[in-house]
Amino acid sequence: MITLGKAINMGLRRALTEDPKVLVMGEDVGKLGGVFRVTENLQSEFGEDRIIDTPLAESGILGTAIGLALRGYRPVCEIQFDGFVYPAFDQITSQLAKMHARSLGTLKLPVVVRIPYGGGIGAVEHHSESNETYFAHTAGLRVVTCSNPNDAYWMMQQAIQSDDPVIFFEPKRRYWDKAEVNEEAPSLGLHETRTVQEGNDLTLISYGPTVRTAIEVAAVCAKEGRSVEVMDLRTLSPLDLAPVFESAQKTGRVVILHEAPTFLGLGAEIASQITEECFYSLDAPVLRVGGFNVPYPPARLEEHYLPDLDRTLDAIDRAFAF
Amino acid sequence: MSELQLVQILSPEGELLTDPEYLLDISTEEIRALYRDLVMVRRFDVEATALQRQGELGLWAQSLGQEAAQVGSGRALIPGDYAFPTYREHGVAWAKGVPPEKLLGMYRGINHGGWDPRDNDFHLYTLVIGAQTLHATGYAMGIQRDKSNNAVIAYFGDGATSQGDVNEAFTYASVYHAPVVFFCQNNQWAISQPIESQTKVALYKRAAGFGFPGVRVDGNDVLAVLAVTRAALARARAGEGPTLIEAFTYRMGAHTTSDDPSRYRLAQELDEWKLKDPIARVKSYLTRNSLANEEFFAGIEKEAEAVASKLRSDIIDAEDPYVEAIFDYVYAEPHPILDAEKSAYINYLESFTEGEKK
Repeated sequence: MITLGKAINMGLRRALTEDPKVLVMGEDVGKLGGVFRVTENLQSEFGEDRIIDTPLAESGILGTAIGLALRGYRPVCEIQFDGFVYPAFDQITSQLAKMHARSLGTLKLPVVVRIPYGGGIGAVEHHSESNETYFAHTAGLRVVTCSNPNDAYWMMQQAIQSDDPVIFFEPKRRYWDKAEVNEEAPSLGLHETRTVQEGNDLTLISYGPTVRTAIEVAAVCAKEGRSVEVMDLRTLSPLDLAPVFESAQKTGRVVILHEAPTFLGLGAEIASQITEECFYSLDAPVLRVGGFNVPYPPARLEEHYLPDLDRTLDAIDRAFAF
Repeated sequence: MSELQLVQILSPEGELLTDPEYLLDISTEEIRALYRDLVMVRRFDVEATALQRQGELGLWAQSLGQEAAQVGSGRALIPGDYAFPTYREHGVAWAKGVPPEKLLGMYRGINHGGWDPRDNDFHLYTLVIGAQTLHATGYAMGIQRDKSNNAVIAYFGDGATSQGDVNEAFTYASVYHAPVVFFCQNNQWAISQPIESQTKVALYKRAAGFGFPGVRVDGNDVLAVLAVTRAALARARAGEGPTLIEAFTYRMGAHTTSDDPSRYRLAQELDEWKLKDPIARVKSYLTRNSLANEEFFAGIEKEAEAVASKLRSDIIDAEDPYVEAIFDYVYAEPHPILDAEKSAYINYLESFTEGEKK
């Protein structure tokens, strides 16, 4: 059994071993091993030229990573916390995302940006945000998130192998979740949605930190005689919705669960697409459960903000009431 | 900030001066070649401005007045040295061998950057002010890791020195001893804002605070710029880290063709700078020392006309991009959602064609 955080570390180590062009860079990623220890012991193994402790400037991390990528390197940047990515926003959205298009395909930027995201760890301000929509809304980026150690291990390697920039969201409150990792072969590609467990009455879609919540919700529903199909999106851009449509057509009821604010969140896009593709199969409108449209609250209030088991069950009840 | 601190090798009157620190080993033939560069760059820049006025370009950012800063620094580079320009470095592009018509593509709305940067080690133009200085620093960090003998030059303006990215680039380059030369063309104006609104100290002095040398050079003196840039590049190659060069020059034109400098600066200022013209002083030097005759100058003029004429026909004849180009280059790897969007739109367009056929 390996923790999710350790699985990312193992994925990084394997990528660093297999390709000398892979670099890791960020604040405190070297000697400290990152504030979550995700890059632990990498610097002692691969050296300071490849595991780069950077000055404390996020735009600088991304901007120099772009330059390194132009030179043929494959940098993996760590942004220490979700709320600290904004100083690098121009470098990510205007520079990193657009370089391939504006160079008419001549310049590839295989840069991975790791962002520990989401709440639930009792943190101070700017340390608990779910800001994936900004990046999923930006053409030129790929956006993925893992929910379990096996995916964390493989998706990190797949993201590094991608010739496009990948924003890799890591569910920080699940860093310590343990599960088996199969080091032989990945079970899915980077941009594939996983059906976590099958069901017939309702489709519950989630990703990242709330996948575990969704699994717990399905277990409660099962006791109540409701068969819930749980889906883990894994890829937020591009979305892989074909299996979602198939599921929605089977169950007729869909609830989407994520931590990010619901207004213009991924759930809104997915609900819209399900409506377009599965209109005649739906028995209820697609419902969303997510964060409120407020700044992330202080830690002592976060249990109210975070969509939990009860709020999800409530939405499921409403879906069945139609 | 006294102008007396400028490194100068060729006075505005065309007299060769001796700077004890920056001795320039240069032949007459090389000076004549620099003169040719300066004239060509000014001529095609003027032509591009005319093309904008005639509606052939949506916009043009003139390099008028900054030819010496750009040609001098550009000619200091050796093959493999990589340049990261702003959107005004037409003279550097020329020195690097980028065909001038390629520079006009983005200003005509054909593309966002129409050359392959790898062909000439000349990156695409960057419009977000200062962002490229970090790319240059990262590229230099790559050169370091490759143990290559090349260096990088990052171009930016006086206004950009207020940007966070430029200051972050200074920090990164300094702590990593990255082989990068920060080449700031202080052309005195950031659109309507004079240099005094960006800084309380001479820009080259900023380098001291970051722990590397800064030097102010007469940006209208192509020989001094060449010498100072060569020295900074040599320093970078030797592993001694970055240098900030402040090329003291003047934006003789508008910020872009959309700008109207008469609203914020006096004509008198322009008249004063015309006396320091970067091209006139080289011509004066060559003439007064009998190093070039009328035939030489006439030949250059004729060639410049040909360059301008070719630029005009090349850009007017340039093909408009094909519709699919909107979708084709967004990602390096397949992207099913864009593929679907593209085919849906192409089908939509074709539905009109079919209707017309009926």
